[in-house]
Amino acid sequence: MIQTPDAVEIAPGTHWIGALDPGLREFDIILKTANGTTYNSYCVRGTEGVAIIDTVKASHAEEFFRRLEQVASYDEITTIVLNHLEPDHSGALPELMRRAPQAKLYISTKGQLMLKALVKDAALKYNVVETGDHVELGGRTLRFFTTPFLHWPDTQCTLIEEQGILFSGDVFGCHFCDARLFNDQVGDFRFSFEYYYQHIMRPFREYVLNALELLEPLPLKLIAPAHGPILREAPLSYMQRYRQLASPLLHNEVGANNKSLLVFYISSYGNTARMAQAVVDGAETVPGVRVSMYDLQAGGNLPFVDLIEEADGLAIGSPTINGDAVKPVWDLLSSLAVIKVRDKLGAAFGSYGWSGEAINMIEDRLRGLKMRVPIKGVRARLIPTEEELALCRDLGVQLAQHLSGTVQNRVISMSELFAQEQSHA
Amino acid sequence: MPKANVTFEKLGITVSVPAGTRLIEISEKVGASITYGCREGECGTCIMKIKSGMEHMSERSVLEDKVLQENMAGRSDRLACQAQVLGGDIVVKA
Repeated sequence: MIQTPDAVEIAPGTHWIGALDPGLREFDIILKTANGTTYNSYCVRGTEGVAIIDTVKASHAEEFFRRLEQVASYDEITTIVLNHLEPDHSGALPELMRRAPQAKLYISTKGQLMLKALVKDAALKYNVVETGDHVELGGRTLRFFTTPFLHWPDTQCTLIEEQGILFSGDVFGCHFCDARLFNDQVGDFRFSFEYYYQHIMRPFREYVLNALELLEPLPLKLIAPAHGPILREAPLSYMQRYRQLASPLLHNEVGANNKSLLVFYISSYGNTARMAQAVVDGAETVPGVRVSMYDLQAGGNLPFVDLIEEADGLAIGSPTINGDAVKPVWDLLSSLAVIKVRDKLGAAFGSYGWSGEAINMIEDRLRGLKMRVPIKGVRARLIPTEEELALCRDLGVQLAQHLSGTVQNRVISMSELFAQEQSHA
Repeated sequence: MPKANVTFEKLGITVSVPAGTRLIEISEKVGASITYGCREGECGTCIMKIKSGMEHMSERSVLEDKVLQENMAGRSDRLACQAQVLGGDIVVKA
C-alpha cells in the first residue's frame, strides 16, 4: 500500500490529518477488519482560527501530530471538536491539549461523562454544544448537530457551512484502510460500509432516522467520516443507503394494526415441537396477531435475527439437556446485540427429562436483553400431557393478547408473585 | 402493614406490596423490561420512569440523586434499585 506521510487537502483550507492502521485485523473485539482501518481527523483553517476535528487512537498519535504540523502550528489552534469520545478518536486529545493549551474544546452534552472518564483531569475545561450552536473561524463556520446514539450517547456531527463539508464521526464511516483516502479512488468498499452499519449503527436505527431528518436537508458536497474513505463522489447516496437500511421493512407484510409473534423451537424427540405448535395454536385464536413458527435446527442465525428485528414478540422453546438450554438457542440469543430488542415481548417453554432449567435461563437472558417477560413459561416433563399442551395454548393466547393490547390488567400481591415463582423453580 | 399498589403500565399488571419494598424487588418478579447492573445505586442501568405517584416514593438519597444527575435523568426518573414505595398508587412506565 502507498503510505503517504503527508496531510491531504480535501477542500481549500481543510486537510485530512488522520492516521492509517493497515495492520489491524479486529476492531473492538466485535468487528473483523480485512485491510485495517483509518482514524480520520481533520484540520480546518479560517482567517481567525484553526480547528482540529477529532483525533486518533493513542497508538497512532505520532502520525497524527506529524501531519498536523505540516498544515498548522500548535499556537494557531483555537478550536478542538470531538464528535465522538471513543478512545480511537480521543486517544491523542490529552497530548493535543498539552501542546495547544489555548484551544477551546467542544463536545456534546452527553460527552461530558465520557470525557471525564477518559481524561482524568478535574481542571479540564470544555464547552458543551448542541444542534444550532456554532463556532466562527473567520470565513469558516462550524455548525454542530447533535446525533445521539450513533453509536454512543455522545455522538454529534459538525458542518463547515461555507464548504458543505460534514464531519460525521462514525456515521457513514467504515473500517477500510486505503491511503488513496477518497471514495472514488479506493475501489469497492461496499462490503465494509454495509458491515459497519450492520454491527455499529443497526441497534440504533430509530436514532439513525432521527439524525437523517437533521442531516438530509443540508447542502452537502462532501462527507468526512471518522473511519474509512472520505465520501466526495455522490455523498448523498450514502445517506440514502442509511435511510434504506434503517427503515422498518414490514409495512406491507403485516397490516398496519397487526402485531407479529415468532415462535422458535428446537426439539430432539418432538416434545418441545408439540409444545411450540400448541403455543402457535393458542396465539392464532387472537385476532390482529400474525404468528410464525421456525425450527432453530433448520435456519441460520442471521435470517432469524432479521426476523426478530421486525417482530413484536418471540417465544423460544428449548429442551433442557444437561441442565442447560441447548447451544442453538444460546447462539441465537447471543446474536441479538446487533438489533434493538428492548421492550419486545418474550417467553420460553420446553420439555425436559430431569430438571428443566432451560426455561428460567432463557427467561433471564430475555430480561437481560431488556425484553418484557410477563408470563411465566411452560415446562413439561418428557412427553407433554393434554393439560400441559393446554397450558402452552394458554401461553400463546396470553402472549397474543399482550401484543394486541387486549390483555386485562391483572392485580396480584407480592406473596402471590413469590408463590408463582416458587412453582416454577 | 401499609400497602402500596405498583402498576407496570406496559405489562398490564398491578402488584400490591408492603410499604418499604424497593422497586427492583417488584420489577424483577413481574418480568419488566428493566435491566439491572450493580444493584447498588452506582451504575444507573436501572433508571425507571414514574408516570404517577412520585409522592408515594421514598426521597432520593444523595447517592441516587448524584447518579441520576450524571445520567441526565429527568424529574420523573428513579433508580429501581434504590427507590422504595411507601404507600398509595404508583404507575411506572415498564
